[in-house]
Amino acid sequence: MNLDKREIIAKRAAEELKPGSIINLGIGIPTLVTKFINPDDFFIHTENGLLGMKELESDEEFDPLIVNAGKMAVGEEIGASYFDSATSFSMIRGGHVDVAILGALQVDENGQIANWAIPGKNILGVGGAMDLLSGAKKVIVSITHTAKDGRIKLVKECDYPITSLRAVDAIVTDLGFFERVDHEWVLKEIMPNSSLEEITKNTEFHFKVDQDIN
Amino acid sequence: MDKLKTAKEAIQQVQTGNTVMVGGFGLVGAPLTMIEELTKHEAYDLTIVSNNVGEEGKGLGKVLRQGKIKKAIGSYFTSNREVGTLYNEGKIDVQLVPQGTFSESIRAGGAGIGGYYTKTGAGTKLAEGKEEKIMNGEKYVLEEAIKGNVAIIKADKADTLGNLQYYKTARNFNPVMATAADFVIAEVDEIVDVGELDPESIVTPHLYVDVVVRSRYQLTKEGVVELG
Repeated sequence: MNLDKREIIAKRAAEELKPGSIINLGIGIPTLVTKFINPDDFFIHTENGLLGMKELESDEEFDPLIVNAGKMAVGEEIGASYFDSATSFSMIRGGHVDVAILGALQVDENGQIANWAIPGKNILGVGGAMDLLSGAKKVIVSITHTAKDGRIKLVKECDYPITSLRAVDAIVTDLGFFERVDHEWVLKEIMPNSSLEEITKNTEFHFKVDQDIN
Repeated sequence: MDKLKTAKEAIQQVQTGNTVMVGGFGLVGAPLTMIEELTKHEAYDLTIVSNNVGEEGKGLGKVLRQGKIKKAIGSYFTSNREVGTLYNEGKIDVQLVPQGTFSESIRAGGAGIGGYYTKTGAGTKLAEGKEEKIMNGEKYVLEEAIKGNVAIIKADKADTLGNLQYYKTARNFNPVMATAADFVIAEVDEIVDVGELDPESIVTPHLYVDVVVRSRYQLTKEGVVELG
């Protein structure tokens, strides 16, 4: 299988998921994670009111009234359940979702992310991001290491409005995998076709390098 | 007592200056027939409580283009960027709320709760000016309930009493909105006799519902279609 950059990130994020977990996937790269997990091993929660989402397997399955948080048509897994939005967010805020995989515009040295507003643009959408950060047991950010225009996303301090005071737990990019250890970022893995030099050049925040990386 | 009304009769309840809750996640679970009726109805300066305000020129997006909306309260207007454009031009007011806070504030409004503390949004721009409280070492913000004069919701089936059942992810905000307005209009695809709905599967009991309207516009595999 020939994977593009976004798929490589999604595949690596999928490896962080423990079988049996309840997971919630944000819009964009996180949505691609379903391609790389065995659907029988996980329960996918979507905040618009479904636990037990799966990818559509055929045209016959298509139902315009079954969608994910990105309003894309999805399927219903055996054992699925539906509920209203207030119940869905009680699950999220109440700590019943094991892992949220989110996109972000910026992640900073403190682990805080910015992913809902760009100053000066007409984008007015926070959706469920703040709730997922306040309640999911583990939050993984999956993003391209830099933006299309080269802008650095792993910054010293977010200058876009932050999404939560809570620090995220891990970052997966096309260049590397970082984990939050004792309130610091640690580079745990260098992705294929990347190098420590390339990561350092494209990362503003301070990070330690795991001793297992040579 | 029969709550069945035409869309035109039901929309008369909406008055200029009202706060109107409208169900739906984008067009999924949106009361498309009543929204179409709202475009023909003379009511202005509306405060619309809706997650998205439809899409550009679709659903509530049509009402937005008519200039009938004074203020929008919701969580994700990225799916209708005209909301952001009008806001930047100073033509409408916007209250952006995290989606969980949006649904919980409506739930509180319907449950007689004036406000509640949540961690969501604490320390961010959306919590500016809101009362904060530290509990168990964590920062929470005070959020107030949201209520409406009228709620226009979408369900799948109703009986003639107004008991409601929903369908799949078309449920979304509809059940909570049904609890949080003075007058509730439920648009449904099917109306059955009392006794035909399994009491265990009724999500919205009839005491919340004032009027039931049969849908004429539905979201199908072919997109939004008008039934004959």
